[in-house]
Amino acid sequence: MGTRNYRRKTSHSENGPGDGGRTGSWRVERPVLDQSLCIPCKRNKEACFICWLFCPEIVISRTIPPKVDLEYCKGCGICAEECPTKAITMVDEAKFSEEDTEKKKKKD
Amino acid sequence: MHIIENGNVAAALGVKLCRANVIAAYPITPQTPLTERLSEYVELGQMKAEYIPVESEHSALAVCIAASSAGARTFTATSANGLLYMHEQVQWASGARLPIVMCVVNRAVGAPWNVWNDQQDSISQRDTGWIQIYCSDHQQIIDSVIKAFWLAEKVSIPIMVCYDGYILSHTYMPFDLPEQEKVDAFLPPFKPDYALSPDEPANLNTVTLPDVRTDVKGELAHGYMEIRYLLQEELRTTLTAAAEAEKRFAGIFGRSGDPYIEPYRCDDADYVAVGLGSITYQLRVCVDLLRKEGIKVGIMGVRFYRPFPDAAIANALKGKKGVIVFEKALSYGYEGALASDLKSALYEHLAGAGTLPFVQNFILGIGGREIRTDDLTQALRAATKSRVSKEPTWIGLKL
Amino acid sequence: MQAKTNILSLPTQEFVHPGTRACTGCGLAIAYRVGLKALGKDTMLVVPPSCLTVLQGLFPVASTKLPCLNVTFASTAAAATGILATLKTQGKEHITVAAWAGDGGTSDIGLQALSGAAERGDNFIYFCYDNEGYMNTGVQRSGTTPIGAITANTPFKGKLQQKKDVPAIMAAHNLSYVATCSAAYPLDLYDKIKNCVNLPGTKYIHIHIPCPPGWGYDPRYGIKIGRLAVETGYYDLYEIINGEFKLTAASEKLVEKRKLVPVIEYFRAQSRFRILTDMQIADIQNQIDKKWAGYYKKDE
Repeated sequence: MGTRNYRRKTSHSENGPGDGGRTGSWRVERPVLDQSLCIPCKRNKEACFICWLFCPEIVISRTIPPKVDLEYCKGCGICAEECPTKAITMVDEAKFSEEDTEKKKKKD
Repeated sequence: MHIIENGNVAAALGVKLCRANVIAAYPITPQTPLTERLSEYVELGQMKAEYIPVESEHSALAVCIAASSAGARTFTATSANGLLYMHEQVQWASGARLPIVMCVVNRAVGAPWNVWNDQQDSISQRDTGWIQIYCSDHQQIIDSVIKAFWLAEKVSIPIMVCYDGYILSHTYMPFDLPEQEKVDAFLPPFKPDYALSPDEPANLNTVTLPDVRTDVKGELAHGYMEIRYLLQEELRTTLTAAAEAEKRFAGIFGRSGDPYIEPYRCDDADYVAVGLGSITYQLRVCVDLLRKEGIKVGIMGVRFYRPFPDAAIANALKGKKGVIVFEKALSYGYEGALASDLKSALYEHLAGAGTLPFVQNFILGIGGREIRTDDLTQALRAATKSRVSKEPTWIGLKL
Repeated sequence: MQAKTNILSLPTQEFVHPGTRACTGCGLAIAYRVGLKALGKDTMLVVPPSCLTVLQGLFPVASTKLPCLNVTFASTAAAATGILATLKTQGKEHITVAAWAGDGGTSDIGLQALSGAAERGDNFIYFCYDNEGYMNTGVQRSGTTPIGAITANTPFKGKLQQKKDVPAIMAAHNLSYVATCSAAYPLDLYDKIKNCVNLPGTKYIHIHIPCPPGWGYDPRYGIKIGRLAVETGYYDLYEIINGEFKLTAASEKLVEKRKLVPVIEYFRAQSRFRILTDMQIADIQNQIDKKWAGYYKKDE
């Protein structure tokens, strides 16, 4: 009751994702991973993870393979630039919209 | 136990008795002896508190705001330009709903420099959402500090306890020193609604938007406008809490008065002199003299200036012929702030219910200009004959 | 001192949520994320108005999972002092207090409070994240904006004054720990926080933060540009521990290598330096060479 009371009267924020909304909508290009070049994928063990380290948005998972949370990925391209084997390429988001539209057409 | 001490020490003793545990201190005349005395208590181990000698008044209140947010009972004191320097923080503290207690030892503001008493410093802060109490003697100083901590923590709104620089801060008077056990009974340890900590993390006082927004639980949270509205709402209902504080205090310490005003010979008075602080006691000499001349005059000291006890004041002045407001400050460009507020209260509560009393505004004591009792008596006498002026009249001016 | 951390030994717990309002490719986001990993759960943050205020979320949503107090612009360090005082009265001194302020909030409006706290020896870590301008309000010049940089209020002539050396100012306070870091070297930042967290008094860590909109580059090159700043010898990574200066990490390696990338590479990569003349660049290169000649000499 105490905290609830105080929260009503003051600027008191609790934590959660997406303060900026669905920041994935900011993207003009998205990272695409070529697993055949990705070091942890090739070795099938924990290694590299430079993309995980440098992601400003914390949307790349520290997994094999690393996965990008497209809900929030802003498409900055740092992961692509820093990847030591150039396993990540930034691809125009429009291409995926076309694909999604095609998929939808097929469904309907 | 009765002791003889100066006003600053009375305030310091109040803070000690209330067991404030974070004190921020920056020197400024005439407040300095107050915080010096607190440093003595802390260094001698008589007070268990963190004493922070900050590098500016802005930082003094910053320390209090942060310490209070994390759950400490905090105190600082200042005057004049120090209060003005911390103005940004003054606004912040009330918006953050923190029960900080601050003594303002009233002093004139620059430019030009002046270290003597008037009330422009605290009066200029009346819009900030703080509670303001004005003291007329040393007993009121120590009692008001004790009541202030209780009241602030009850309503989560910061309080300025104001008293006149030099006139009260540096003069000596006998007063009763409350016993520690009684103060502990009156004021339990500070238990905030929320204290910032890793156990219950939150982001406090961050940017709000013009409109409301859902929180992480999907519930609609109050917006900036609601937060500000609640400050105003709860500041107004503080008047009720103030009466409660007075009752509690009376129950434990055996002394009390009207929570909002301090009347003297008002009941049958035709004319009432009004003021804030020590001047109301000086006026008693004038009133007693004029009464001997057959003039039915009384005094109403205003104790709570914010929230403004408009109903209590209007009620006390109902049926009076004239109200004479003596002020040591003004809202430049118009008139004395207290006079304006008082007129507004009279209009609000008494208009249409008969003749409103005239309001005469006198400005005096600016920059510590001596207030001669003779001049006061003359001015009061003249005003009871007829209203002297529409605009404020300045007493003691030497053009 | 702390052994060098590598990516695989970095704690995986995150203290920031995704989907913040930070710009695409924000350098602060990288430094802040790793910084909080080093600080850990028992930390209380103080943040003045700045990019971080926005990154941390608008009411009523917070992107940071740690307790944080937002304060007025000039009062960051004083607020940190206040929280510390309360923790002392509560017997909770195991909790770390960390202030995160921008360069404007540190070198300009916040310097007084910071100096006061440092002089009092108040036991917290003060992070200045230096994106070299008032970026949150639209890229205005600050005390730490480098000479020649175009900003919103030095629009044609660029900043005419030198970058204020805040780490040197803080070192003059006889602190137990002063360090410079960069968002491009997050593991170094992690190590330095671990190095200093248990040292007494105020600790000061200055972090160089590449800023895409403020500096003028494609966001994907943020880390590369941060690295260039160090590899050109323009921005040095060092520690001053109890008054003793020591180059660290990539800067330390440069002393061994004895070869700096020409600083013009750093300037070319950002549009904010577009009006620097050849003479100015040569002058800056000269200053860098002199500075490094000094480092090389000390090393011998």
